[in-house]
Amino acid sequence: MTETLTLAKAINAALADSLSGDDRVLLMGEDIGKLGGVFRVTDGLQDTFGPQRVIDAPLAESAIIGTAIGMSYRGFRVVAEIQFDGFIYPAFDQIVAQVAKLRYRSQGRVTMPLTIRVPFGGAIGSVEHHSESPESYFAHTAGLRVVTASTPQEAYSTLRAAIQSDDPVLFFEPKSKYYTKGEVDRTIVRDLETANIVASGRDVTIAAYGPTVETALRAAIAAADEGIEIEVIDLRSISPLDVDTVVESVRRTGRLIVAHEAPNESSVSSELVASVAERAFQHLEAAPERVTGYDTPYPPSAVEHDYLPSIDRLLDAVDRTLGRRNSRTGLDYSSVTTVGAAR
Amino acid sequence: MSITVPAPDPALAVGLDVPLTVLDLDGTRLPNELLDPHLTDIDESALTNLYVDMVRVRRLDTEAFALTRQGHLVLWPPLLGQEAAQVGPARALGEQDWVFGSYREHGFALLRGADMSEFARIWKAYAHSGWDPQEIRMAPSQIIIGAQTLHGVGYAMAAKMDGSDDVALTTFGDGATSEGDVSEALVWASTFQAPVVFLCQNNQYAISEPVALQSGVPLALRPTGFGIPSMRVDGNDVLAMHAAARIAFDRARSGGGPTFIEAVTYRRGPHTTTDDPKRYRDRAEEEAWIAKDPLDRVERALERMGANMEAVRAEAKIRADQLAKEFRAACEHAEPPLADAIFDQVYAQPTRRLERQRLEHQAFVNSIEATA
Repeated sequence: MTETLTLAKAINAALADSLSGDDRVLLMGEDIGKLGGVFRVTDGLQDTFGPQRVIDAPLAESAIIGTAIGMSYRGFRVVAEIQFDGFIYPAFDQIVAQVAKLRYRSQGRVTMPLTIRVPFGGAIGSVEHHSESPESYFAHTAGLRVVTASTPQEAYSTLRAAIQSDDPVLFFEPKSKYYTKGEVDRTIVRDLETANIVASGRDVTIAAYGPTVETALRAAIAAADEGIEIEVIDLRSISPLDVDTVVESVRRTGRLIVAHEAPNESSVSSELVASVAERAFQHLEAAPERVTGYDTPYPPSAVEHDYLPSIDRLLDAVDRTLGRRNSRTGLDYSSVTTVGAAR
Repeated sequence: MSITVPAPDPALAVGLDVPLTVLDLDGTRLPNELLDPHLTDIDESALTNLYVDMVRVRRLDTEAFALTRQGHLVLWPPLLGQEAAQVGPARALGEQDWVFGSYREHGFALLRGADMSEFARIWKAYAHSGWDPQEIRMAPSQIIIGAQTLHGVGYAMAAKMDGSDDVALTTFGDGATSEGDVSEALVWASTFQAPVVFLCQNNQYAISEPVALQSGVPLALRPTGFGIPSMRVDGNDVLAMHAAARIAFDRARSGGGPTFIEAVTYRRGPHTTTDDPKRYRDRAEEEAWIAKDPLDRVERALERMGANMEAVRAEAKIRADQLAKEFRAACEHAEPPLADAIFDQVYAQPTRRLERQRLEHQAFVNSIEATA
């Protein structure tokens, strides 16, 4: 049975179902109780489950994660909320040096079943530190799982899996999609490392995650008008990356574009392009393309539309990989792609 | 217009002027209104046990120091001089309580029951952790300064949620009080009235930096601003440390919330086997602290009680030598981990990506062996 929920409500449902299904689950974060979270994602949960299980935290990110670690030692499954992506840095040590390593350091004797929820990404028109994509810092750290969601169903199923996992999981929620509606089947709980092919096509593969999946799907629809079939992969898990699924797709299409909002350098796209080059070089018909945020600090949101991957930037990359004339700009890429990556 | 800010409630802090002491340097038992009621069961036999514990802890430390110089261990942070500050609180802990310490807590590890053959592996760099945390209820030693104080507070909050009377002890040094995590831990402990005891072993130096660089006020004054009661205790007096810890644990167990103990002590050796304290402190200072030796003081107290010191020392020596022998053997016989263990326990549910790397590594190693 399915119901129509916004992505925020789907997360709320996943939290409610996790809290009622396991009395060792508890939530902790700033403003998550009475206010219901600054995005109302935790709306009503403190009323239902009480202030002992939905804990309004003092304003200190390192302590939110650090005390959750102590609770994990005693078998609690804490879902910690970091209010905004740009606020996660004060908790960096507790996440990458403590949470990530305790299982390894203790040779498996200590388990950290901690879930860290982080609203991430831009396109909400907010001020500094409220629209960032810090996921690569964490994807680089062994011991953490880093996952995202692109739809209400994905958000529900991924968060349920994250909370059930004995591994620490960072769950990056696409805040620009919080109020997007979709069908949710509450019986679906997914695994934490398999990518999902959300549109099939034979010409080009676009791999994306979080808010950029929808942009990629819109680009695929636009390209279809010109007879180009784009396969869109929702990576879902960005650490570990499901390279197998992408490689399989590239074997069929021969072309790869990776898209995300985070800056380009040392990013998920860097990793994915390198992995595909290692494992499917002979199947590539053109140099892989990356459509990402630029290597700048996140810009003022008045100009963020120039920074974020757009449908047009994606279609331009599609033209480059296919070596065809850009239908809008008239730029002809046919001579450059024939010599491979030189551009 | 002026604003006046009330000073912290002086009742929250004791020992700020003179650290709380019950054993004088010559072993005289000094009366102390606060601590005495918590020492009524400490007879000659109990004090002897604390003495033997301290002798064993010291012996472990000197043996490990020598083993490092001989190349059996890669590093050792010595605790010489801090035996009382660890043995007193360690012997006040209940079996179910948890310890979240830093990296100089060899006394706690020993008295919690850490297996010496595993313990040796940490300082041989064969393993990151040298005991089973769940078994001895002590978290892996912590190198990142102050990070463990938050873990201790979180554990205490969880123990309270469970309705148990378990408490958490978190121990750290004077340098750690400058770290943000320690301040955040004090906020959390105060807000949630967590059953946690903060034990600051003020050994006067954070590597080379004197405590005056960390704080212009006694460290025990700091938690009072968070509403957390604090005791400044002679850290070289095992009985004072034992009594203060008992007060703090009783308060935590009975719902009284957190307590902070500053143990005023001295690290007589270097920070670790790699540094040179002669560069940052003088001999006169070191000698002044040698005169406050925590073991000598208890010997004199036992003499005053009429103990047969020859027998006590002989017994302590036998047990300390036995421990040293066991530790040396553990160091000499420890086997390094198998290279394949690099890939173990990164995740509870191994990832396909990491399993692929494991197989690639194995294939590489096999190929080298095949051609060798």
